[in-house]
Amino acid sequence: MNNVLIRNIIRFVVLVLLQVGVLNQVQLGGFINPYLYILFVIMLPFGTPGWLTLVLSFALGLSVDMFCNSPGIHTSATVFAGFLRPYLLDSLMPRETVEPTDTPNIRIFGAGWFVKYSLTVVLVHHVFLFVVEAFKFSSLHLILWRALLSIVFTMLLIILSQFLFTRSNK
Amino acid sequence: MKNLILFILRNHYVLLFILLESVSFVLVVRYNSYQHTSFINSSAAVAGRVNTVFSSVNNYLSLNQRNQELNNELARLRTMMPESSKIDTLAAQTAFDSVYTQQYEYLPCRVISNSVKSANNFLTLDIGSKHGVEPGMAVVSAMGAVGVVKAVSPNFSSVISLLNQNLKISAMLEKSGYFGSLGWEGGDYRIANLEDLPGHITVRKGDVVITSGYSTIFPKGVMIGNVESVTAHGVNGFMSASVRLSVDFKRLSNVQVVRNLLKKEQLELQEMSENE
Repeated sequence: MNNVLIRNIIRFVVLVLLQVGVLNQVQLGGFINPYLYILFVIMLPFGTPGWLTLVLSFALGLSVDMFCNSPGIHTSATVFAGFLRPYLLDSLMPRETVEPTDTPNIRIFGAGWFVKYSLTVVLVHHVFLFVVEAFKFSSLHLILWRALLSIVFTMLLIILSQFLFTRSNK
Repeated sequence: MKNLILFILRNHYVLLFILLESVSFVLVVRYNSYQHTSFINSSAAVAGRVNTVFSSVNNYLSLNQRNQELNNELARLRTMMPESSKIDTLAAQTAFDSVYTQQYEYLPCRVISNSVKSANNFLTLDIGSKHGVEPGMAVVSAMGAVGVVKAVSPNFSSVISLLNQNLKISAMLEKSGYFGSLGWEGGDYRIANLEDLPGHITVRKGDVVITSGYSTIFPKGVMIGNVESVTAHGVNGFMSASVRLSVDFKRLSNVQVVRNLLKKEQLELQEMSENE
């Protein structure tokens, strides 16, 4: 249990720093910006209570917002994604039982399941994020195009991270 | 009351979501209406510190480009430095005296290229026609005669060095006043040859050789060197001597171009008398 807590704290810090330090600086093609930090919400352990998911999502979004000078934008999108996560897990959960401390990753139910799950979270998060951001910008189809491209890059990074940083649990 | 608590407990998840989402939107709206909210100010201390670290890393990664930019800037500033411009207002030393008519004017300048190795050596000076240099002017250094201006461009002039087999200047022995023609025959850059001295005179080692002033080029009395040895005796009634040059051509840097203000007058007069 302690181990899980520490691992999640480290993941939180590393993802926020990676986001503000590297990914926010590297804007591919001028407007594609992958938001990898949402991986933290994706990889919260299965047994995380709903309220904790929401509070952690709020904290995560707030941390990123602090560095992006965009208060509320990442927070609202991340809280929304965190809110949908339990319902999503319920509907996607395979028959097999898992330990509550296990994290959703590509090794546990296979690539197809993980991509379906993480893509949904990323899609919800990014579309919400870019639409909230659109309060500031006009031109909706450009916003959606940005969101789509960013989703692709975020997904690529998420899958890459799965191969690099998760060990087989079995 | 009990029902309310039960409702909250049953729906705590959705209620918490609504609460947090509301807070987020308040932040978004507040940020949009007020540029500098307390949120930004209180977080600036932490975020600013981290952002500083990242921007310093960024700076490090773009060091190459920064260096290039700095180098360009350095080159630009160096170009503006006084050292890189040629001084066009020369301190030409002109004496104002009602008793003596000024005949020679000295233009200070620097040697920017020089050679002693070839058979016909030339120098280049950093002043030219813009500063009043004309072909045929003498060039002297503090130590003695150097050469004669051969060609000029607006900012530079090319000088036939004394160490050039094509140059002969009129020289004389300071003590006796006998004159001859001084030239260089190649070889040792410190030794020139003084020819056409009268055969009957006595020349000793160490005798001072100066310019005669008979040509319109060098003023009279410019040091050339000292007699080293008598090399030929009585050939056609003349004798010659080797002269150790006083100017060290290998380390020549500051020289003066001599401008003869009366050259034209002298030449015209000589021409007139020759034609008669």
